[in-house]
Amino acid sequence: MDRKRIRVLLAKPGLDGHDRGAKVVAHALREAGMEVIYTGLHQTVAGIVNQAVQEGVDVIGLSIMSGAHVPICRKLTQLLKAEGVTDKIVVVGGVIPNRDIPVLEQMGVSGVFPGGTPFREIIRFIEENANGG
Amino acid sequence: MGVATYVKDEKDAIQEVILQSGIKVKPVYTPEDLEAVGFDYEKDLGDPGEFPFTRSLHPLGYRSRNWTTRQYTGFGTPEQTNERFKLMISHGQTGLNVAFDLPTQMGYDSDDPMAEGEVGRVGMAVDSLKDLEVAFKDIRLDRIGTGLTINAVASVMLAMYQAMAENFGYDRKRISATPQNDILKEIVGRGAWVYPVEPAVRLIGDVIEYAMKELPRCNPVSVCGYHIRESGCTPAQEISYAFLIAFAYIDNVVARGYRAEDFVGRFSFNLNVFGNLWETVAKFRAARKLWARLLRERYGVKDKKALFLRGIFGGGGSGMTKQQPENNIVRGAYYALAAALSGAQTTALCSFDEAYTIPTERAALLSLRTFQILMDEIGLRDTVDPLAGSYFIETITKQMEEKILEEMEKVEKVGGMVEAVASGYVQREVARQAYEYEKRLQEGQVTKVGVNRYTEGVDMEVELHEYNEAWASLQVERLRELKKNRDGRAVGRSLKALENAAREGLNVMPYLVTCSKEYATLGEMAGVFREVFGEYVEPGIF
Repeated sequence: MDRKRIRVLLAKPGLDGHDRGAKVVAHALREAGMEVIYTGLHQTVAGIVNQAVQEGVDVIGLSIMSGAHVPICRKLTQLLKAEGVTDKIVVVGGVIPNRDIPVLEQMGVSGVFPGGTPFREIIRFIEENANGG
Repeated sequence: MGVATYVKDEKDAIQEVILQSGIKVKPVYTPEDLEAVGFDYEKDLGDPGEFPFTRSLHPLGYRSRNWTTRQYTGFGTPEQTNERFKLMISHGQTGLNVAFDLPTQMGYDSDDPMAEGEVGRVGMAVDSLKDLEVAFKDIRLDRIGTGLTINAVASVMLAMYQAMAENFGYDRKRISATPQNDILKEIVGRGAWVYPVEPAVRLIGDVIEYAMKELPRCNPVSVCGYHIRESGCTPAQEISYAFLIAFAYIDNVVARGYRAEDFVGRFSFNLNVFGNLWETVAKFRAARKLWARLLRERYGVKDKKALFLRGIFGGGGSGMTKQQPENNIVRGAYYALAAALSGAQTTALCSFDEAYTIPTERAALLSLRTFQILMDEIGLRDTVDPLAGSYFIETITKQMEEKILEEMEKVEKVGGMVEAVASGYVQREVARQAYEYEKRLQEGQVTKVGVNRYTEGVDMEVELHEYNEAWASLQVERLRELKKNRDGRAVGRSLKALENAAREGLNVMPYLVTCSKEYATLGEMAGVFREVFGEYVEPGIF
């Protein structure tokens, strides 16, 4: 079975500067055979969506440690809808309290991975859900 | 990071211990080990308070000076922060350490679109001098020292702090503030950078030069190995990178025609305490010694006090876990013990809710109590450098010194710290180690209690600091009021003068003080620099 390599855009939206988690996951996904583009810090939501479309990625991964995950994800999922982008899944990692997970899922975030989630869980989820699964 | 690597046999007996910095620990140490590393009391230790200060900066250690406790504090509006400051002081805290929200750290006003969702979230929002006047109301600025955790726009914040103190009637020569003001580590590990490397380092130099002349009790820079360690480097790398960053700042000011001797005595450091206990103690002892030695060798510094490695040793953030959060109370106590055994001059501790958000009042007080129990109850003030002379500690202190020098050499080989940061060498090195650690943790080769071992038990509920979006509207409303009521032309003139100073390479600090006193906003002043210097573009390195 020769599937196309999954392309992932890992993004750090907003002003939060904690990038250890994003970089660690970037390494893990690359080692799992995915193609990973890391945006660097301080990205705007519009900039992330734009880059995701330009690069034709299958997955948009957001890493958010500042606590602002709800407003940021709301903005991103709304923008994706407004632009008619439907071929990408959105996953989020970072400092995310359990109570916020259903809130994020309701907005259209496919997978939520709070800090400490094993790499294999993130990798499996992406492999099963990206690219139409 | 966090712990050493252990090789065990099938009966769970430890065969080998390798500390993160690469030092192998033996099961038994004897006088022969000291001989093997060439240990010499006079040369390697000296009496406490004497060169090379391995044992302590002061002859009597904590007997004559208890450490300063400086919990990282600040959230929401300036009023709320003022209340929390006063609460911590009333409970015996002896210094302040201000947490600013991200827009403030990045030089954006609360009404900037970039600030959306972030105003007052991870620290206090500061838009103008007005906010500082509220936050520091009724606090004795001539008695309490204040850490300002801000870097890219530290120059702006220090100028505002001076303006605030002067408006309150204090002599600027008597106030004591420590802006973090370390931009290179932001680029490597903490992420709150704004301007490109070169002008950013110039701003650091401006603050150091200005403080040397005008703010003699301020510490113009707090060089942070802390955040680089949080990002994934080893303890030896933490010290070596911090020293190389400090040298970059010293060189900037020396190039302006000053002697290092005239200003380096006000440098301070911010270093991390978590990890293997023995390695931590050895790290700090080796660091004090090396700093003094290197300042002598590289810059010919002679004044004893200028050779002190002063600073805040504490934190331990990335050792704290989201799982079984109450375990973090215990971890924090051990980290505090490590800081005390290392001779920390000032300390702060990440609270047990660190992995979730900024601390609640209860969590912050518990950290303060942890320090008080150590110092006032169980005897950490009794004698200076209690581990000195241990065959083990002295051996690994010597070995740690070598490891730090080796790491420094590696960076100097690729062209020095500024070059190594600009090219992404350091960032890549740090990220690679963070990944390898995480992998070992997930594979169970590193033990983290409650995370990958001893995970059974009920999930504990933590009471969390709540963020209220109404604070942001309040802050924006107040900013609008301010802009309506200030003298707009005077603000414009002061900003124009600042712009000229920035362009012509003059020291920007006096101009920032004038702008602050006219109630120019932080975003306006930082915006002048954005205009003149441009912004740093981060390569997507991992």
